[in-house]
Amino acid sequence: MGAVTEAWTWLTTGANWQGESGVWHRLAEHLWFSGVCLVVSCLIALPLALWLGHIGRGGALAVNISNAGRAVPTLAVLVLLTLTPLGRQGALPTIIALVLFAVPPLLTNAYVGMREVDRSVVEAARGMGMSGGQVFARVELPLAYPMVMTGLRSATVQVIATATLAAMAGEGGLGRIITAGFNRNDTAQVVAGALVVGALALLAEGLLVAVGRAFDPMRATRRAH
Amino acid sequence: MSAVVSAAGCLAANDWICGEYVRSRAQELTDATVEHVWITAVSVLIGLVVAFPLALLVRARPRFAAPVLGLTTVLYAIPSLAMFSLLLPLFGLSAALVVTGLVLYSLTILVRNILAGLASVPEEAREAARGMGYGPGRLLWEVELPLALPAVMAGVRMATVSTVALTTVGALVDHGGLGTLITTGLKSFFKAQVLTASVLCVLLAVTADLLLLALQRFLTPWTRPARTPGTLIRKAG
Repeated sequence: MGAVTEAWTWLTTGANWQGESGVWHRLAEHLWFSGVCLVVSCLIALPLALWLGHIGRGGALAVNISNAGRAVPTLAVLVLLTLTPLGRQGALPTIIALVLFAVPPLLTNAYVGMREVDRSVVEAARGMGMSGGQVFARVELPLAYPMVMTGLRSATVQVIATATLAAMAGEGGLGRIITAGFNRNDTAQVVAGALVVGALALLAEGLLVAVGRAFDPMRATRRAH
Repeated sequence: MSAVVSAAGCLAANDWICGEYVRSRAQELTDATVEHVWITAVSVLIGLVVAFPLALLVRARPRFAAPVLGLTTVLYAIPSLAMFSLLLPLFGLSAALVVTGLVLYSLTILVRNILAGLASVPEEAREAARGMGYGPGRLLWEVELPLALPAVMAGVRMATVSTVALTTVGALVDHGGLGTLITTGLKSFFKAQVLTASVLCVLLAVTADLLLLALQRFLTPWTRPARTPGTLIRKAG
C-alpha cells in the first residue's frame, strides 16, 4: 500500500494544487471542456430526439447510432482531430470529440423514453382535446423525463471520465496530472491524479442522481406508488 | 495533391491515406492488431468467467444484488485512464494491467445481461424441467442457459465492441495494441499511421460484432433474428 500513502502525500502537498499544471487549474480546464461539450450535445441531441419521439419516426436511426458510436474509440477521434488543422484551435478538438461521444447516448435515451410513454395515455390526452403541443408538454415529456435524465446522467459521467483522454492527445484537463506522472515515472502522481479523476466522476454521478430526483415533475405521483 | 505523386511520395508528404505506409509497416500493423485482438478476447473471456458466478450469486441471494450491481456501476464510472493508472502499482507496465482494467469494465455489461437473460426464462420451462426430474445443475445448464443465450450474447457483443475501443487506452502503458500506434503516431505527427490504426480499430470492432452475431444465430437456431435487449450505457475508448 506504499503507492497509496505516497499518493496521499502528493495530494496533501499544497504546491501540487497551485500553478499552471496544478490540480485546481487542471480541474478548471476539465470542467470547462466537459461543461461546454454537454451543453452543445444537449442542444443537438435533445430537441431532435424529443421531436422524433413525438412524431414517432426515425427510431432505427436513434437506436442504432448509439450502437455504432460504441465501436469508435474516442482516443482515435481525439488524436485524428488533433492532427487536422483544428488541432491548432486550442480545446476545439477535445470538445468536438466529446460532443461526438455524448450525442448518441443522449439521443437514444431521450427517444426511447418518448416512445415508451403508454400509447393509451397519449390517445386519452388527444381524446380530451389536447393539441400536439399540449400532449408533448403535459403528457409525453413528464412521462419520458426519467429516461431523458438517465441518458443525461450517463452522458455527463462518461464525458467527465472521457475528458481525461484529452491528455493523451496533448490537451489539458485532469488527465494531464496522470500523463505527466507517467512521463516523470512518478507513480505517486499517477495514482494521485487517478484518485482525483475517479472522485470527480463519482461525485458527478451522485450529484446528478440527486438533481434528477429533485426536479422530477412527477415526483409526488411516483412517491405515492 | 497532384495525381503524379508516386506511391512512395505519400510517406514523405505525410498524407492521411498512404498505401506505401501499409506495405512498408505491414509487420508492425499485424503485431499491433494481434495484440489488440488477444487483449480484447482474453478480457471478455475472463469477464464472462467472473460475471457468471456473480450473476448466479445475485439470483440465488437477492440481498447481494445491490452491492454487486452497485460496485460494477461504480467501477464503470471510473475513467479508463484512472483505472489503468490505479492498477499500475499492482501490475507495473504490463498487458496484465490492461486486461484487468478491461475485465472490470466488462463486468457491468455482462452481469446485467446474464441476469436479464436468466430472468427472461419462462417459469413454465423451469417447471416442466423440474417435473421431468432435472436437478438444479442440469436445469441451469440444459434449460436456463440456452434460453438466456440471446440476452447473454447481446451483452457479450456490447462488451466486446466497447472493449475493442477501450483497449486503445492501454497505449498509456505501451500495451494498447492499435492504440499504441495511434499515440506514437501523434507524437511523430504521422498521419497515415494514426488513420490506418484508427480505421483498423473500427473494422476490428465491427468484425467482432458480426462474428458474435453469427455465433449467436448458430447457437440459437430456434430464435428469429429479433431485437435483443440491452442496456444503453457505453464507455469511452
